[in-house]
Amino acid sequence: MIALLRRDLMLATRAGGGFGLGLVFFLIVIVLIPFGVGPETAVLSRIAPGVLWVAALLAALLSLDRIFALDHEDGTLTLLATAPVPLETVAVAKSAAHWITTGVPLTIAAPVLGILLQLDPDAAVFVALTLLIGTPALSVIGTFGAALTVGVRRGGLLLSLLVLPLYVPTLIFGAEAVRRGADGVAATTPLLMLAGITAGAVALLPFATAAVLRINLR
Amino acid sequence: MSMWEYANPKRFMGWTAPVLPWAFGAAGICLSVGLIWGFFFTPDDFRQGSTVKIIYLHVPSALMAINAWIMMLVASLIWLVRRHHVSALAAKAAAPVGVAMTLIALATGAIWGQPMWGTYWAWDPRLTSFLILFLFYLGYMALWAAIDDPDTAADLTSVLCMVGSVFALLSRYAVNFWNQGLHQGASLSLDKEKNVADVFYQPLLFAIAGFVLLFFALVLLRTRTEIRSRRLRALLRKEG
Repeated sequence: MIALLRRDLMLATRAGGGFGLGLVFFLIVIVLIPFGVGPETAVLSRIAPGVLWVAALLAALLSLDRIFALDHEDGTLTLLATAPVPLETVAVAKSAAHWITTGVPLTIAAPVLGILLQLDPDAAVFVALTLLIGTPALSVIGTFGAALTVGVRRGGLLLSLLVLPLYVPTLIFGAEAVRRGADGVAATTPLLMLAGITAGAVALLPFATAAVLRINLR
Repeated sequence: MSMWEYANPKRFMGWTAPVLPWAFGAAGICLSVGLIWGFFFTPDDFRQGSTVKIIYLHVPSALMAINAWIMMLVASLIWLVRRHHVSALAAKAAAPVGVAMTLIALATGAIWGQPMWGTYWAWDPRLTSFLILFLFYLGYMALWAAIDDPDTAADLTSVLCMVGSVFALLSRYAVNFWNQGLHQGASLSLDKEKNVADVFYQPLLFAIAGFVLLFFALVLLRTRTEIRSRRLRALLRKEG
């Protein structure tokens, strides 16, 4: 599993892996928002937490189809399925690699890019915290979606159609926690709910992912 | 003789053929009784005026939109456990009907909401969760359409339906938490003292029965069509 994780990380960071692409996409979305809604400081700082969350979600979505598609094309996935490690472990390793290459950089970048949106420092802490808690769920759910569409040619659009509705609860609790945190209201409940979703998704979804992969490799 | 024998495609085609016209007929009768009674022979509400009558379309369709998904979930489970092809096809057949029900519920709600709440749309928990349900239906149908091999498609959509159900439920409670509601609470519960007044309740029951029967008939019809198209594919493969 560790070897698989390291292999995926190496593939992602070396040439053509698209490691930085998600981050650049995130940056571009953040830059485009003020053009869309106007440059008023008050408006921007009000919508900043939500915009950061939605942009992070889209950036995570962008790199999902890489998780299995290339491995499926060159036959690596078939080898992995016959390897001594269970397919569930492969699913976990793939999600972990996706999280390290997108979730972690997004979490680090979000408070910094928040400056562009006049995000106030109190809220910035919450943005980073909720993204740190929430992005693993995004990666795990996304891996499930990627496994569903692995056999579909040009499945990118289908993948987003399948995965985005599944992202709704994570987004709601994540953004709600930031909003409450920024307003100075107790944000423990949404934070706990967010952590619950992440924990539940990490614990259960790899089984669904593995089941779906088995069906697709049949 | 177990109930599962009715799931054999040939037997399914056998028993549904005579049932189908009866189902459509019963649906037609219930719907006409419920709607005509509701539209023309009930008084206007003293505050809502005649707009209250949209309840006869809105409530049954909303009910069936959710029940259609639950039916798909059960059918998917049966397919995954017992591998009855009819079950998978019934789930596939129910999805477009469910989408139609969801759309009817959303549209009638919007039409009613404009004069009553002063807006077609509000980000109310119930409205929002219905919109999310609509998205789940679309994703489910898109996955069916995207995969060529019918058995793989059935398996994948079944898993998606199960995972989707969990997340749809999560979303339902998440949006409750996220925003306060405009939508009135449940007023048709069987276990409550205070429900909607009897004058409105009785025709509504007919309308609900009509929608249930209509759903049943449409799903049967669509499942039969799916079975026929499956047979056609098999024949064509044999020929070619």
